[in-house]
Parts: sequence; structure tokens; C-alpha cells
Amino acid sequence: MKIRLNIGAISEPLQSEQFKTGDWGTEWSFVDREKCTACRVCEQFCPDGCIEVKEIEGKEVAVVDHNYCKGCGVCASVCRYGAIKMELKELFKVDVC
Amino acid sequence: MRFFGRGHGACPGCGLAIAVRNILEALEGKCFVVNPTGCLEIISSQYGRNAWGVPYIHPLFDNAAAVACGISEALKVLGREDEGEVVVLAGDGATADIGLTLHGMFDRNHDVIYICLDNEAYQNTGHQQSALTPLGEATTTTPAGKLMLGKIGRKKDMVAIALAHGSPYVATSSAVLPADIRRKVKKAAKIEGAKYIQIHCPCVTGWGIDGKDVVKVGNLAIETALYPIVEFENGKLLTVRKVKERKPVEEYLKIQRRFRHLFTSPEGRKVIEEIQKIADENALRYGIDLKK
Amino acid sequence: MKKVVRGFYSVAYAVKLCKPNIICAYPITPQTEIVENLALMYANGELENCKYITAESEFAAASILVGASAAGARTFTATCSQGLILMSEVLFNAAGMRLPIVIVNTNRALSAPLSIWNDLQDSMALRDAGIIQVYVENNQEAHDMVPQAYKIAEDKRVRLPFMICMDGYKLTHAYEPVDLLDQNVVDSFLPPYSPEVYLTTKKPVAFGCYAPPHIYMEFRVAMQRAMERAKEIMEKVFADWAEVSGRNWGGHLEVVYPDSKNFVIAMGSIVGLLRKVVEELRNEGISVGLVKLRTFRPFPVQELRKSLENAEKIIVIDRSVSFGYEGNLSIELKSALYGMSPEVISFILGLGGRDVPKDFLKELVKNAILGKEKSGFKGFKEFEEVIP
Ligand SMILES: Cc1ncc(C[n+]2csc(CCOP(=O)(O)OP(=O)(O)O)c2C)c(N)n1
Ligand code: SF4
Ligand code: SF4
Ligand code: SF4
Ligand SMILES: [Mg+2]
Repeated sequence: MKIRLNIGAISEPLQSEQFKTGDWGTEWSFVDREKCTACRVCEQFCPDGCIEVKEIEGKEVAVVDHNYCKGCGVCASVCRYGAIKMELKELFKVDVC
Repeated sequence: MRFFGRGHGACPGCGLAIAVRNILEALEGKCFVVNPTGCLEIISSQYGRNAWGVPYIHPLFDNAAAVACGISEALKVLGREDEGEVVVLAGDGATADIGLTLHGMFDRNHDVIYICLDNEAYQNTGHQQSALTPLGEATTTTPAGKLMLGKIGRKKDMVAIALAHGSPYVATSSAVLPADIRRKVKKAAKIEGAKYIQIHCPCVTGWGIDGKDVVKVGNLAIETALYPIVEFENGKLLTVRKVKERKPVEEYLKIQRRFRHLFTSPEGRKVIEEIQKIADENALRYGIDLKK
Repeated sequence: MKKVVRGFYSVAYAVKLCKPNIICAYPITPQTEIVENLALMYANGELENCKYITAESEFAAASILVGASAAGARTFTATCSQGLILMSEVLFNAAGMRLPIVIVNTNRALSAPLSIWNDLQDSMALRDAGIIQVYVENNQEAHDMVPQAYKIAEDKRVRLPFMICMDGYKLTHAYEPVDLLDQNVVDSFLPPYSPEVYLTTKKPVAFGCYAPPHIYMEFRVAMQRAMERAKEIMEKVFADWAEVSGRNWGGHLEVVYPDSKNFVIAMGSIVGLLRKVVEELRNEGISVGLVKLRTFRPFPVQELRKSLENAEKIIVIDRSVSFGYEGNLSIELKSALYGMSPEVISFILGLGGRDVPKDFLKELVKNAILGKEKSGFKGFKEFEEVIP
């Protein structure tokens, strides 16, 4: 099979989005929609651009895209309303004996 | 509209990535990014996995400023100036060590916003010292050993260098101050000439911190006065981020692996005192302490 | 318009006619007068849609052109010697990014010892950069080469930097009659630069991406193919040029007396001297022809093999050396002729501007043909090394 190459290794924009980084971390962030005030602070802080304020059921709230969330915990550390929790992924919830 | 795509390869909690997203959003994507070799380049510009939603060029490690000058002048000659700002996003090594073309950019005052993303060492190549590595930091080329307790000497004063060149706008900021980054970048965009902004960018991997502590560490750098957040226009000090209750530098140092040896070695105390002296001097120089 | 001008002016004038958008350079003898002349034209408002920038170093100058070229500008620089070597990191990079920057290199020796005089050591050191290299014999050829360089470099099937190599002092500072081109002629030959991809917010591509092992090699193969395509495209451009200008400089080679038994091969201004040498030797009844090698990269292997098919003896005139081996042209030629069996004798001479008088050259060539002269350095004084 032949591949197509752009000369000079010139790349098209935003190709990285095809690569999901949601499986990198051991945790994911979750937003408590009751507590969230849609202040957008977490949005500005997320290094991966994967927490965004959206309208859900008539209310503006932060929503995490777990396709990309690396579980760094930055968002949780900046939310002044305690609306974000970090949770261990099911996969890592193992008993250590 | 996204300007810095998801799916990039930065470590979870990377300060550079926070800064870059805010810079691009401040400019609403109307910019040309010149990015020398370093972490940011590696996490964002693999062929076929490009994370950039703005025109981007990675030339070499050592020539970003000059390449930016070339783009800036070409846009003028070709009548395409309103397409956007020319922005350099360079590491501290690329800026303070090897990137000598920075001086030509200042000297000829090309219309460029030069932003140094200061993670205080060569992180991309595995944490070696740069001229912006702070005193006492253990890096792989300034390791903590019997004779040496990490980096010798202070951070090079790039702000003073930019000011000495007569740069029309010089500022510092931090990845943990997104609103401050946005304001300063927007302001720089309105000013003609060679601007310099240096942004403190916590690096989870190199500094040995947890993603959850990135913001805390970044804030402590400001609250100890180890990283003064200042702004100069035409050489005049415009704003300084004041601190109500300045914290002792230990608080900042002790939560980072890169400074751990200062607390375990008997000689470490002296270095910590030396670092405290730097913080005190910064506070005095910029009037950081909020008068009670 | 025929005028007696110096080499640097013939180049500067041709550059102006090609309407570059960004000219950026750093002074170095004997290139300086090229950019000084361009600076003067700029200062007098003679360069339209053009910015002239004096950089703080050759490294910066080349870097500025990388940015400008990627943004879609036509670019020019001139340099040589230490300047070219200082640019080298950037030039390798520009070639990889496929930026059609045009460079005039006024060939000068390399330090140490410092020398401002001519040989070909500087451009030879950049042989492997992915830059097209053409060597010119005189100032008219240098003048004519500039528009052709842009046309070739900017061809989308090529897109590589182009280096015109002209001998420092010997050409740059020589007064020669040059038929200075008409703007109309250049305009009809060279269209404005409008690349298909460039840095723009309208379509935000990324230049200079890095390539992991699974994809790196493909880009290098693409460069090699571009060089191979350039070989054909150059011949077409050379022929077109002959038509529009009325001056035919030949193809990648010019062969004088193709039916000879023996040949001398050389590049650059020394070819002029060799033309006389060959005439005189033929008058003495010696069967000798001359190969002027114009294109050094891409190396015209097939053309050389064909032209030298029946050669019994080939004398290579080298003005640079690969230390630990031999003269650079000699190395390349022997590899090109692999499997053929002419005797190749190579002379390294003229380093650092060492004078090469015609009669000295003639004796060398003659004796080589007669089997009385061996390969090696010629024209140096015997010496004993003082090793402390
Ligand atoms: C001329 C040259 N020397 C050395 C290198 C190797 N190198 C690549 S990136 C880098 C360090 C980058 O450090 P910095 O500018 O601080 O960026 P960071 O990765 O920390 O963001 C080094 C040493 C290079 N690419 N080019
Ligand atoms: S920071 Fe907290 S309150 Fe603000 S938008 Fe995010 S989750 Fe909601
Ligand atoms: S945990 Fe990190 S990656 Fe995930 S949404 Fe929060 S800030 Fe973004
Ligand atoms: S090493 Fe540091 S700077 Fe580099 S991607 Fe990781 S956190 Fe960011
Ligand atoms: Mg760094």
C-alpha cells in the first residue's frame, strides 16, 4: 500500500484530535453539576482542553471529555466550588493483598 | 474553534500546555507560531499528529527569533500583516542559552511577541540545566552530590536584558495565572515592536511534582517572590503582582523533588538561605510586599 | 545593455531584476559588495515590494529567510566561507523544509589559517545539504544564473534551496563586460513566486514537523527524488534561458572538443584559463578536450559517463580537498565513472587563492597526459613540519 506524503513534512491542522489520550491516567475528573457555577476557571486551566462549559438540560455546567482527560487533577485543584472530583478508573480499583 | 488540539502528548498537568492554550485563545488564533525544539514541539508537532490549529513552524533549537523576524517582515512586504501576530513560543533553554538570534530581533525591533515558556531546565532532553534554572535545583547536569548541591548561580535576568534592549513591552506571568497571561498577550499584540513575555510553567516531570500540585507550586513561586510577576511598558514598571503575606521559600522548595536534596544534605540549609535572599531581593526590587 | 561591471554588481543587478521580497545577509569578504549594492538599491527605492535586512550573523540571516520563505516570500542571501559554515545548520534545515532560498556563495577558503582568498572548500562542505549547486565561470554566467536559479528552485517539483557558486575575488571583483538583462526579459522568464503551501492563517499548516523512524526516511527519499527531477528540469530551464537571453551556457556540462583522447575537468573560473591551455596543447598536437562541470548537485552522472565514454585519461582540477582522502571533484568523478576504465589524475591546486599561472597549469596538464606527472597537491612550496 502506498502512503501519501506532504513534501517537507508539512502537516494539516489539528490532527492530534484523532489520538485519544483518555486512557493515559489512572483517574478521571467528574463534575458535580449541582455545585458547578459555570465559572469556566477549570476550562482555562485544563492543559488538554477537555473540560468545557456546555448547556445540559437547560443549565450551563462543566463537562469532561473522558476521551481526552489525562486525569491530571489540575481542574479539581482550581475549582473554588469543590465541584470537581478525581476518581480512580474502574480498571485500577483492584484489591491489593 | 480550537487552536491547540486535544490529543497532544504533554505529560498530564503540564504547565506549558496551560500557557499555550491561553496564549492562543487570547489571540483568537490569529497568529503565526514559531516554536524552537523542545518539549512543546515534541508534544505537538509530530508529522501527521499536528496539534496546532494555527500556522506553525518548528525550525531549529537555536533560531526561533530570527525565523519569526523573517515571517513578520515577509507578511509586511506581502501586505498580509492583518493575518495575525507573529509569536515565538520558546523554552528557557532556547531563549536564555542557545537562542542568540533573540538579540537581533530586539535590536532591529521586529514586530514579534517573543514568549519564553520557562520550565527552568531542558525538560525535553531529560532535565538538564539552563541559564534559567534556579539556584540549587538538581538537574542531570547539575546533580546534587558531595561537592555540588545543584545549580550554581542565579537565573539569568532575561527581563533586564529585554529592557536593556529597549523592548517596548516586557512582562512575566505564570501558567497558573491564565487571566494574567491573556491580558498581557492581548496587550502585547497591540504594541508594535519586539515584545518579551516570560511565563513560569510548572513541569510535573522535571520538577517532580504531582499534577494536583501544579497550581499550588506555581502560586507558591509567586507568593514567595521567587517569580516576580511584573509588567513594563517602554521601560517603565507598570504593574507588579503584590503579595499579602509573603511565604518562606521552604514552602515552595520542599514540595518539589528537584530541591529535595536541600533538605536532606547538611549544607542544604545555606543554599536555602541563599534562595531566601534572592526572594527578599526580588520583593524589595519590585515592591512585592503589600504594605500593612 | 552591455556594461563593464564587477562581478558583485552583475549579481546584485540580477537579483534586483528577480524582485525578491526579503534580502537578508551579513557582510563577509568578498561577498560584501553584493549586499552593499543591494542595500544601496534598497536605500534608493529601486527594490519594489522588498525589505532589505542586515542580520546580526549569517546564522540569523539564513534563519530570517527560512521564516520569510515559509511565509511565501521570495528570498535572497549571499555569503561564503565562515559565513556559509555558520549558516550550515539552517541551510540543511531549509532544504528539509523544501524552501527555495537562493544563495550566492562567493567561494572562499576556510579558516584556519584565516584566508579571505578563493578556493572551493566552503561550498564543498555543504555538498550533502540537499542544496542545488551550480558553479559559474564568469560574471555574465553569474548574472544569467540568478533568474534561472529562482525558476528551478521554486518549481514545485523541486522546491530546494539553490546555491550559485562564484569564485571570490577572481569573479566577484573582476571587471568584465556583462550584458545586463532587461527587466522585460526576466519578467517574461520568471513568474512571481506563488507557492501552493505557505504559512497563513487562512489555512493553518505546520512546517518543520518531526518524523519518528517509521516515517523519517520517506522525506529523505522525497528529497533525493526532487534532486533527480531537478536534473531534468534544470536542462529545460537552461534551454529556455538560451532562447530568451540568446546565451547558451550548455547543460549540466559543457564539453569542448568532445572527440579528444584526454580530458581536463574543472569547475568555476579556472575553466576560463583551461580553455586557453587546451587550445595551446592542441596546437602542439596533443589530443585534449575540456569538460566544464556546471552542476555539482545534482551530480550529472549519466552526462559525465557519456561525455567521457572514450576518454583514456582524465585530469581533474580540484580546488578543495577532503582531508584524509583526495580532491572532492576527483572523488565524485571516480565514483560516477565506476566500471569505466580511464586513468584519472587529480591535481589539487589554488587553495587559499594560491596563484595558478597559465603556463604552470599547461605544464601540469601536458605532463599528466605524457605520463610524467602524478596526482596530488600542486604549486606548494616544499616544507618540513615543525612538530613541537
Ligand atoms: C543545536 C542543538 N543543540 C542541542 C539540541 C538538543 N536539544 C533539543 S531541545 C533541548 C532543550 C530544550 O530546552 P528548553 O528550551 O528549555 O525547552 P523545554 O524542553 O524545557 O521546554 C536540547 C538541548 C538541539 N536540538 N539542537
Ligand atoms: S471551575 Fe468548578 S464551578 Fe467553575 S466551571 Fe469548572 S467545575 Fe464549574
Ligand atoms: S483532570 Fe486534567 S486533563 Fe482531565 S479535565 Fe481535569 S485538567 Fe483536564
Ligand atoms: S516534561 Fe514537563 S514541560 Fe515537558 S511535557 Fe512533561 S510536564 Fe510538560
Ligand atoms: Mg525548559
